Amino acid sequence: MSVGASWYLTLAAVLFTIGATGLLIRRNVLVMFMCVELMLNAANLTFVTFARSLNDIAGQTAVFFVLVVAAAEVVVGLGIIVSIYRRRPGATADDVHGLRG
Amino acid sequence: MLRSVFLIPLLPLAGFVILLATGRRLGNPRAGWLATLMVAASFVVTIVVFVGLFRLPVTGRSYTQTWFTWISAGHLHVDMGLLVDPLSMTMAAFVTGVSALIHLYSIGYMEHDEDFSKFFVYLNLFVAAMLLLVLADNFLLLFLGWEGVGVCSYFLIGFWFERDSAASAAKKAVIFNRIGDAAFLVALFLIYERTGSLEYHTVFARLGSLGQPSLVAIGLLLFAGAVGKSAQIPLYPWLADAMEGPTPVSALIHAATMVTAGVYLMCRISPILFRAPDAGHVIAVIGAVTALLGATIACAQNDIKKILAYSTISQLGYMFFAAGIGAYDAAIFLMLTHAFYKALLFLGAGSVIHAMNDDQDVKTMGALARFMPITAVTFLIGWLSIGGVPPFSGFWSKGDVLLNGFASNPALWVVGAVTAVLTAYYLGRAYLLVFRGEQRWVEARVPGDGHGHDGYHPHDPSWVMSAPLVVLGVLSVLGGLINLPVHGSLDFLDRWLSPVFGSRLFQHHWSVGGEWTFALIDAALAVLGVGLSITLWGKTSERPAVEPTFLRRAWYIDWAYDRFIARPSTEVAIETSSVVEAEVIDGAVNGVAGLVRSTGRQLRKVQTGYVRNYALGLTAGLVLVLAYVLTRVS
Repeated sequence: MSVGASWYLTLAAVLFTIGATGLLIRRNVLVMFMCVELMLNAANLTFVTFARSLNDIAGQTAVFFVLVVAAAEVVVGLGIIVSIYRRRPGATADDVHGLRG
Repeated sequence: MLRSVFLIPLLPLAGFVILLATGRRLGNPRAGWLATLMVAASFVVTIVVFVGLFRLPVTGRSYTQTWFTWISAGHLHVDMGLLVDPLSMTMAAFVTGVSALIHLYSIGYMEHDEDFSKFFVYLNLFVAAMLLLVLADNFLLLFLGWEGVGVCSYFLIGFWFERDSAASAAKKAVIFNRIGDAAFLVALFLIYERTGSLEYHTVFARLGSLGQPSLVAIGLLLFAGAVGKSAQIPLYPWLADAMEGPTPVSALIHAATMVTAGVYLMCRISPILFRAPDAGHVIAVIGAVTALLGATIACAQNDIKKILAYSTISQLGYMFFAAGIGAYDAAIFLMLTHAFYKALLFLGAGSVIHAMNDDQDVKTMGALARFMPITAVTFLIGWLSIGGVPPFSGFWSKGDVLLNGFASNPALWVVGAVTAVLTAYYLGRAYLLVFRGEQRWVEARVPGDGHGHDGYHPHDPSWVMSAPLVVLGVLSVLGGLINLPVHGSLDFLDRWLSPVFGSRLFQHHWSVGGEWTFALIDAALAVLGVGLSITLWGKTSERPAVEPTFLRRAWYIDWAYDRFIARPSTEVAIETSSVVEAEVIDGAVNGVAGLVRSTGRQLRKVQTGYVRNYALGLTAGLVLVLAYVLTRVS
């Protein structure tokens, strides 16, 4: 049994759904953050899959961009999260709603 | 010599700048002397340039001095340039000369005024603007001077702006002028659109390619501008109200500057009017009718300055009549002599008003000749001159107008002749009521106590005020010498101006007998008017029969303006401010604000601050977009 492109795509879809669901239902900021990473990498997986099956290097290039942006995002995001935990230990995402209208 | 022409407008302008900066420190009377010196120096320069121009051969008497390019935009090119030709120099000479005398007089007249130096600031600017107007070599620069004169008249008429009447008279002058100025501007647009230039020589050279409608339109629009500036029907009422200014201002506006600008403009555009005879007819008719109207109103006024104001309107009517029929020489001749005797009459009136503690009602005066001999004699000269009694200057200049008027249009000549009788009559009435007859005022018991409440102590003014009177008196007597009709070699002014007007000039050549006949008729008309005034007003000061109310109320024209234009527009303004402004406009503005605020109040509920809500929103949006794309693709 060969592992075709559809397997990878299915895996990516499953990963994306897990990430999206996690983002929507979890309250822990760190977990939500990991879910975002999960969604990003699910997208990366699709890119790579299509790059390989269509024999087009552009998909892999896009993955590099996503990785770079994700790395930058991690730096900023973790910085914010750390500073939140420093001010109020054990805070959930719902506790931080100072910017409501 | 010609090159010093730039000094003519710049000297009064320099006076204006210096006085603006240091006027208060110079104080009274040095500020006045500085202003007078500047204008007098300008007069001297004018004479120098005049002589320089005179030395040139007759055909080459035109010189343009360009300072710099004023406007250069696309095809529009306007220079800051001065034009020296016989017409502009004649104007400049009498403007500076008469203005210098009026400046001198003002030093005495305004000596008790708190804003002494400010008065001369305006006066100098006024003269500078008028000189720019006269010397400009293109229509736009002329318009600059034109507007400068207008704004200075506003400042000066409203000089005593604490008085409501002065403030509103100033506004009235500006508004009436503005109507004419709008027409003037349209004329400028039309000239530029048709000829591609605003410079006199270029415009006049290209007139040949213009159709009759354009020419008539340009001529009449420029005339409409002149109607506003020179107070002709229907835009004349401001001039009577302009009497609210100090008397030297009235003299300046009426004699030397401002109102003569319109006549000058008509003479300057003679090539246009020559090609548009229809416009000329309109000008002549309006001029003649204005002359008669002004004279009739002047017959029944009691305010000495109002009499003179309506007299100016009437005399300007004569000038437009002359310009309309193409007798530009006659118009300029009358303008010159009018400048002398009208300045004289106004300054005389100023002396009388000064002596009577600012009282202007001729009915409360009388018998002043005994107390103010110099003023009385000069005023008498002014009267006889404007009345056209030979051999005073008015006789020659008015005779010139009427002579050409008869040759061109006998019907208008009749109007002019009736006006001539009335002119001699109403100023006779003014003279007799002020200087002769019985004394209708109380003499101060203590000599020298003229400013108390127990009576008046009239006296001739100091020499700074008397000297201009005497000079102007002499000029009024001898002014006719510059253009005598009797012999072909004595018409200096006609020959001097001939290169400007050339063949466009309407000048009927009568036989010697014809000229004598008209001279006799003119003299008879003048004597008739003089006799009439002496018979009617020599003894008594009350004759209601010849002062009907409709004349005293100026044919109810002021009233009609007020009733049918001013008051309805005021009502409309009040209505719009209370209804349209408060409810419609404010309502729209407040409504928009309220709408935005309530929308915002609803929308702020969306901004919960919970990340999960935002994430849900994002996801929902994503699902929607995906659904849309998928349905479209399939």
